[in-house]
Amino acid sequence: MHDLALEFIDLTLGYDSHPAVHHLQASIARGALVAIVGPNGAGKSTLLKGIAGSLSPLAGEIRMHGCRRRDIAYLPQIVDIDRSFPVSVFDLVSTGLWRELGALGGLSRTQRQRVGEALAAVGLAHFARRAIGSLSGGQLQRALFARLRLRDAPVIILDEPLASVDVETAQTLLDVIEQWHAEQRTVLAVLHDLDQIHRHFPETLLLSRELIAFGPTRETLQPSNMLRARQLTEAFDEQAQACRRRTPEAA
Amino acid sequence: MIDEFFFAPFSEFSFMRRALVGCMALSLGATPIGVFLMLRRMSLTGDAMAHAILPGAAAGFLFAGLSLPAMTLGGALAGMAVALAAGFVSRSTVLREDASLAAFYLISLALGVLLVSTRGTNLDLMHLLFGAVLALNDEAVLLIASIASFTLLALAALYRPLVLECLEPAFLRSVSRMSPLTHHMFLALVVINLVGGFHALGTLMSIGVMILPAAAARFWARDISTLLAIAVSLAVLGSYTGLLLSYHADLPTGSCIVLNIGALYIISLLLGRDGLVTTWYRSTRHLEA
Repeated sequence: MHDLALEFIDLTLGYDSHPAVHHLQASIARGALVAIVGPNGAGKSTLLKGIAGSLSPLAGEIRMHGCRRRDIAYLPQIVDIDRSFPVSVFDLVSTGLWRELGALGGLSRTQRQRVGEALAAVGLAHFARRAIGSLSGGQLQRALFARLRLRDAPVIILDEPLASVDVETAQTLLDVIEQWHAEQRTVLAVLHDLDQIHRHFPETLLLSRELIAFGPTRETLQPSNMLRARQLTEAFDEQAQACRRRTPEAA
Repeated sequence: MIDEFFFAPFSEFSFMRRALVGCMALSLGATPIGVFLMLRRMSLTGDAMAHAILPGAAAGFLFAGLSLPAMTLGGALAGMAVALAAGFVSRSTVLREDASLAAFYLISLALGVLLVSTRGTNLDLMHLLFGAVLALNDEAVLLIASIASFTLLALAALYRPLVLECLEPAFLRSVSRMSPLTHHMFLALVVINLVGGFHALGTLMSIGVMILPAAAARFWARDISTLLAIAVSLAVLGSYTGLLLSYHADLPTGSCIVLNIGALYIISLLLGRDGLVTTWYRSTRHLEA
């Protein structure tokens, strides 16, 4: 049995009492590299918000093992950064060191070096002095990955990190993700490109409000599972009654 | 001749010296606050808060006359009350913060005018609204300087969370618990700087020293530390030339200061590094890579 990082225990998350993730039961091993797949509206982003703590469960719970909420590095789908703000790429990326520096600490020489290395790893070494407003969408995503690297988090959750980036940027970012995996960090990423998932992600969690399948990527993504996932999200009911499904523990 | 024009007013008259020291202290404290107000897209919030402190200052005036501590305390309390009330309403109802702040400051302003008119004269109201920079006594200069010193220390301590709160509030909340503290400390700094400013320039004009230099500096600077340095320099320059203009041309001092900073804003808007003319000129040429 693997060491666990995260456990979803009969987890229901949603908005206005409508479940977006319904009675999810799954556990994520420490150091796992998991792709989260599902149709639009399947509750993938909702699940990540739940893990990050910006959304409280309607029922059930998320158990974290050996890490606290603030140890989780979360990259949302839409990052709310003021792009017109007068700050350099270097300064933006160095905010990833917040847990080490706090509000007052200055950057040491080695920390400056680490920021430089993080920028180089995503191919932005020559952009350090540029204002963030001059970056393209893909370049900003690279900068945000550099910042994630600096956060040194045991658990990293990424919401559609490869949406709207070109092939080369996607490859750079996938390399970073694989490096995190090699460093035994737990990584969960919402993705859509099945080809990328087959090549880079050993495990996949297929979600469609309910858990459809979770396990080795090849088994999870078989056609019968994909079909069931599509059918389930279409079954949304505006007049839904209160859910009476009993939790496994209570049963 | 030059000496007579630029320096004699200050060496001859102690009220001019006090006015100059007061304005410089104000530039050092209030202007950086204005820079952060602008970066948080809250430039007009300062204006609203400036109106909000009026009834407190007026109440202090009614109880104790033109007393510095009473008016300062009253103004600070009224400003804080409006800021907290607006924050509370926007968090617990559908009304957004700008609308709830507008509601409270309008009530506050009307109450202030009412309070002054029941007991005071029009002259008192003019003093509250437009200040009396040439009538600053040592006590008032000391108050303004203390507020400026405290503001600079507080800004130094809060600098990083404050910058992150402007740039990417969600990130600050995800890595630290300082977000609410930062927000409320910042509002408190806005209020005490307005209270400090109204003794010199009045509740309406003191906001000019906050926001105008910040907006002007944005046309020159592309990073925050330069932005702060340029904004403070422009505020000091505008205050000094404003005092000179008012002395030599015998014009109202507060408006001369704000108008001079306003002139610096117009110049920056046209000729600054990211100003209109420069941007137009740059758009006619481009680099190879």
